[in-house]
Amino acid sequence: MKKAIKIIAIIALVVLVGIQFVPTERNQSDIVPVTDFMLVNNVPKTIQKKLQVSCYDCHSNNTRYPWYNKVQPFTWFLEGHIKEGKAELNFNEWDSLSNRRKKSKLRSIIKQIESGEMPLDSYTLIHKDATFSKEETNEIINFITQLKDSL
Amino acid sequence: MSIAAMLLLTISFTNAQEKEKMNHGEMEMDHSKMKMGDAKTEVILTDYFMLKDALVGDDTKKAAQAGTKLVASLKSFDKSSYTKDQQKELTDIIEDATEHSEHIAESAIDHQREHFKILSKDITDMIAITGSKSTLYQQFCPMYDKGSAWLSTSEEIRNPYYGSSMLKCGKVQKTIQ
Repeated sequence: MKKAIKIIAIIALVVLVGIQFVPTERNQSDIVPVTDFMLVNNVPKTIQKKLQVSCYDCHSNNTRYPWYNKVQPFTWFLEGHIKEGKAELNFNEWDSLSNRRKKSKLRSIIKQIESGEMPLDSYTLIHKDATFSKEETNEIINFITQLKDSL
Repeated sequence: MSIAAMLLLTISFTNAQEKEKMNHGEMEMDHSKMKMGDAKTEVILTDYFMLKDALVGDDTKKAAQAGTKLVASLKSFDKSSYTKDQQKELTDIIEDATEHSEHIAESAIDHQREHFKILSKDITDMIAITGSKSTLYQQFCPMYDKGSAWLSTSEEIRNPYYGSSMLKCGKVQKTIQ
């Protein structure tokens, strides 16, 4: 019995070490495209900062990676979220969307923040500053609603 | 109590069906005058109405199935017979409608209804370009999310945003021929 546990532990360790060598693609870019949400909209400074901190890690071409991202399997977990996040909404490519698509996206942003589904719990657990306070939620929803109605 | 409600429902449904039949009769008469929608548009509309009816019946599972069907029928839409500007608009509409259908296919009913609202706008804009074979009614409920519209083949109101809790809330806003 003891021996079996030992063998399993060794296998687990080997696997854990092994997966550290699997290369992953990084979501990093210095270039902010002209289509970026902040560049084409008149976004108040406080909201700009909030969006950067709370949303841009998964919804833009540039992620500020935490240290543990270098450790698998966390890397995969993160990459999965980033890929999915960018597919739903990429703030960097905002202006390449038509007005119809923008309205749809803005509506989704409002619903996601309103219902507390975004930012993800697994994200705010580590990024405490990404959490929306009640005032911040109201402020951002008001802004996004205004933007939506102006389209 | 519940038996009475069931009876009432059945009666109103039969009524609606009869009315629908009548409408069909009228439609066939002046078919030639109508702008003809193409077959692919009709498939999209069929799936849309399946979705609408599922939401009227508070049936999440059926609505999700209709969402999946819509994704497929939107994908197979053929734009080639339209002008360049129309094609651009249609591509945009279909992209948007597809996204909402995808979400409908995997969400709970309140989410499905949220997406159905925008999807309805997309489909309405689509038939403004493509036309449809049958007369459609644009209906409107002032209560849901600051007022929301949807399309129906029947004049009678069956509210997809509230289902059984407010089945008859709404009015016909426009008749689309």
